[in-house]
Amino acid sequence: MKETRLGDFEETVLLLVGILGEEAYAFKLAEEFESQTERSVSIGAVHSTLSRLADKGFLTSEMGKSTAERGGRRKRIYTITAYGRRALEISRDFKVSLWKQYPAFAPDFNFGV
Amino acid sequence: MKKRQTIPPQLARRFLCWFLRDELAEEVEGDLEEKFYITIEQSSVRSARANYWYQVFHYVRPFALRSFKSTYPLTHYAMFQNYFKIGWRNLFKKKGYSFINISGLAIGMAVAIMIGLWVYDELSFNTYHENYDRIAWVMQNQTFSGTGIQTNNNEPLQLAPELRENYGTYFEHVTMATFLQWRTLRQGEKVLTKTGYFMEPSAPEMLTLHMLSGTRNGLNDPHSVLISQSTAQALFDDQDPIGEVIQISEQFEVKVTGVYEDIPSNSTFAGMQFLAPWELNESSLPDWLGWGNNWFQTIVQIAEHTDMSQASAAIKDAKKKRVTEDEGAEYNPQLFLHPLSRLHLYSEFEGGVSVGGRIQYVWMFGIIGLFVLLLACINFMNLSTARSEKRAKEIGVRKAIGSLRRQLVHQFFTESILIAALAFVVALLLVQLSLSSFNEVADKEIGVPWLNPWFWLLGIGFMLLTGLLAGSYPALYLSSLGAVRVLKGTFKAGRMASLPRKVLVTVQFAVSVSLIIGTLVVFQQIQHVKNRPIGYNMNRLLTVSLSSAVNEHYDVFRNDLLQTGVVEEVAKSESPITDSYITNSGLTWQGKDPGMQEEFVSMRVSHEFGKTIDWNIIEGRDFSRDFASDSMAFVINESAVEYMGLKNPIGEQVDWGSSGTYTIIGVVEDMITQSPYAPVKQMFFFINEDRSSMANIKIKPDVSMPEALATIEQVYQQHDPLEPFNYSFVDEQYAKKFGNEVRIGTLAGFFASLAIFISCLGLFGLASYTAEQRTKEIGIRKVLGASITNLWQLLSKDFLGLILLACVMAIPLAYYFARDWLQNYDYRTDLHWWIFALAGLGALMVTIITVSYQAIKAAQLNPVKSLRSE
Repeated sequence: MKETRLGDFEETVLLLVGILGEEAYAFKLAEEFESQTERSVSIGAVHSTLSRLADKGFLTSEMGKSTAERGGRRKRIYTITAYGRRALEISRDFKVSLWKQYPAFAPDFNFGV
Repeated sequence: MKKRQTIPPQLARRFLCWFLRDELAEEVEGDLEEKFYITIEQSSVRSARANYWYQVFHYVRPFALRSFKSTYPLTHYAMFQNYFKIGWRNLFKKKGYSFINISGLAIGMAVAIMIGLWVYDELSFNTYHENYDRIAWVMQNQTFSGTGIQTNNNEPLQLAPELRENYGTYFEHVTMATFLQWRTLRQGEKVLTKTGYFMEPSAPEMLTLHMLSGTRNGLNDPHSVLISQSTAQALFDDQDPIGEVIQISEQFEVKVTGVYEDIPSNSTFAGMQFLAPWELNESSLPDWLGWGNNWFQTIVQIAEHTDMSQASAAIKDAKKKRVTEDEGAEYNPQLFLHPLSRLHLYSEFEGGVSVGGRIQYVWMFGIIGLFVLLLACINFMNLSTARSEKRAKEIGVRKAIGSLRRQLVHQFFTESILIAALAFVVALLLVQLSLSSFNEVADKEIGVPWLNPWFWLLGIGFMLLTGLLAGSYPALYLSSLGAVRVLKGTFKAGRMASLPRKVLVTVQFAVSVSLIIGTLVVFQQIQHVKNRPIGYNMNRLLTVSLSSAVNEHYDVFRNDLLQTGVVEEVAKSESPITDSYITNSGLTWQGKDPGMQEEFVSMRVSHEFGKTIDWNIIEGRDFSRDFASDSMAFVINESAVEYMGLKNPIGEQVDWGSSGTYTIIGVVEDMITQSPYAPVKQMFFFINEDRSSMANIKIKPDVSMPEALATIEQVYQQHDPLEPFNYSFVDEQYAKKFGNEVRIGTLAGFFASLAIFISCLGLFGLASYTAEQRTKEIGIRKVLGASITNLWQLLSKDFLGLILLACVMAIPLAYYFARDWLQNYDYRTDLHWWIFALAGLGALMVTIITVSYQAIKAAQLNPVKSLRSE
């Protein structure tokens, strides 16, 4: 039985995969994570999460093009699956519902969805 | 271009590739490299490299790790289990072979362990004393005309005060000491005879005695004594000995002020069962003792941060400055220090220079031990390799069903280490069992250091090494052969395959033959010296050291003894007849070369001495109570006649300074009163009953020995009820002079038989190997009509050649060493040719018997069977 809920770091990485699109591979994701969150992370940590997400079925991957700065090596490009997208939505909805139940914040809060 | 030069740290990359799953390698390496170059642009090469390492380490995560197990689905554990099983089965399948192999190696290891322990014991001699590297004996070199420079540790009693006073800065402790003395210790009714020393109060501190009760200051009071634990136990049982009063030889009354732990046998002071104050001994000495009376020893401990050789050089003339003309200044006494650390192993001096000593034996036995071990290992490897060729088929099958080469290597190593381990266990058992008899022969108290980690480390390390070497041929060579070749049986050892084995067997026999020759020479020498005419009759002769109480009434004592009817004659002498240690000089006679610094061995005796020991007067007459003038008469030996250069010795006058003028009345045949290996020294005998305290008693021939001893003891006790009756047989005393040689002979014989045994195992292995290789040939020869004798000759003659070669190698070598050893003795045997012939013949005989067993067994095989086994 695979775990279907998302952890905080997992959720962030999954969203970044969506944001980067064609450029979603481990190194770029780590860079993007660092620039967006200003927290440092190792490529290994991101890669480990990506492989876990792929195991859960939230991501698929395939080998992409090779470039010169990688010494001619190919990169593995990740894409969100429908199931992954669904998981993100559930996570978001769940949090929104929590926010809504919190009277002090509810009026000002709008996700624009 | 520049970019090409800065590449990611290769070590980190290799490390990454080592642990990373293969399928991830490309993307990860790519990512890291991209990161690396971007970091270079953003900051520096240095931080890029650091970051690369950081990234690599962060890939050590479960998802990325290569699964080492999954590559080889068989676990090693299971395979090792299998190797053990196969190993055991092979051992039991060929019981005889396994027995030979394991016992041979075990014996070699056992010998090596024992010799190793012995060498360790010898090298660690005296380390019991904490300051052993700073303690030294004061020795002196004296020059005598005739004998040259003599070195000994006898010193006058004035030396210690002199050293303290004028050379005190060099020394922390200086003490006079007696030589080891036999004394009776009496407490109440209990009397014991123990050995011990008299030393100054600082001695316990210097020797760092381990006090069990009392303190090391125990000797400050002159009427005190320190006793060893075993003495305390024997004298007081479990009572507290401190403060108890004991009598030493009924001469000194002393109080026990301390008990020290027994000193171990590998110490020069091992015999110290009591330690009494020097002052006590000094009080009993005659007051005329001067710088010329070298009766004692002087032991020093040099001060901290002082150099031993400096101190030694400084005291060189300490005695010479004090000693007067009368006291022997002309002998030019030169003092030096002999460190305690060298005392045991380097105490032979020639011409005043250290020339080694016991260290030679340490080397000799060390080398022999190594040889025996080497022979055993070589054998072990030989037999293992010869056997493993039989297993080529097994290797083929294993390979065919998919065994990796590495697994075969593991298998053969496991097996050979298993055998080596068994041998090691057997060796430990053998050592434990034979250590007590070894100790007896070697005169030691060695135990196996079961708790010493170094012992285990060395032992197990050696065991692994032997196992690995022995297993290397099948493990590394046989496993490399192709499965098809091995299975088809086209694999055959070439003609040269047995060459190394032949060389090894030859070397083994050369060593064995040398050892046999060595043993024969040692025993020949002992026998030769034992057959040397000694010049007196030791039979039924015993010596008794008389106590002062008996000595005072000697004439009554003698009469009483003679009246018992068991005693033929009784006479006194100054020293034992087998050990005349007293020398004198200051004699002049007519025709003496004025420059000659003469020295004679001398012995004070009573009138009946000659009759008692049955010496042979060859000229003149023996001492006699009929001539009053005999109190000023000499009987000299043949050597003395020659030494003095006298034509007609009888009636010659010898002037002995203040002692008066003596007349030579008789010449006696040379007698061995010192070392039986050395030429007889010039010696004179003269009458002086007062200073003789050794009684020589000749027992009548028809009286039984126990009866005679009981009677004599009874008479003795009547005269001195307190002192125990101590006697020794002269022939036993004489036999002790051969102790060292007999010990060497016994050990050499022991090793020689071991070496022969081990060599025979090797030969046996080689013979069985060749016989097996030639099974088919023998079958065909038999079919064609060869007789068993023919076949036996065929198989044996190769080996005889090898053994003859070994003899040719061994004989010159053994001759060289044997001659070298015999040079140590003035009175020595010739190296007879038959010793060498006997050793060679013996080796040949053993060879023929060993090889014949295999040869005849092979020759008797039914050719139908041996030819069918295709």
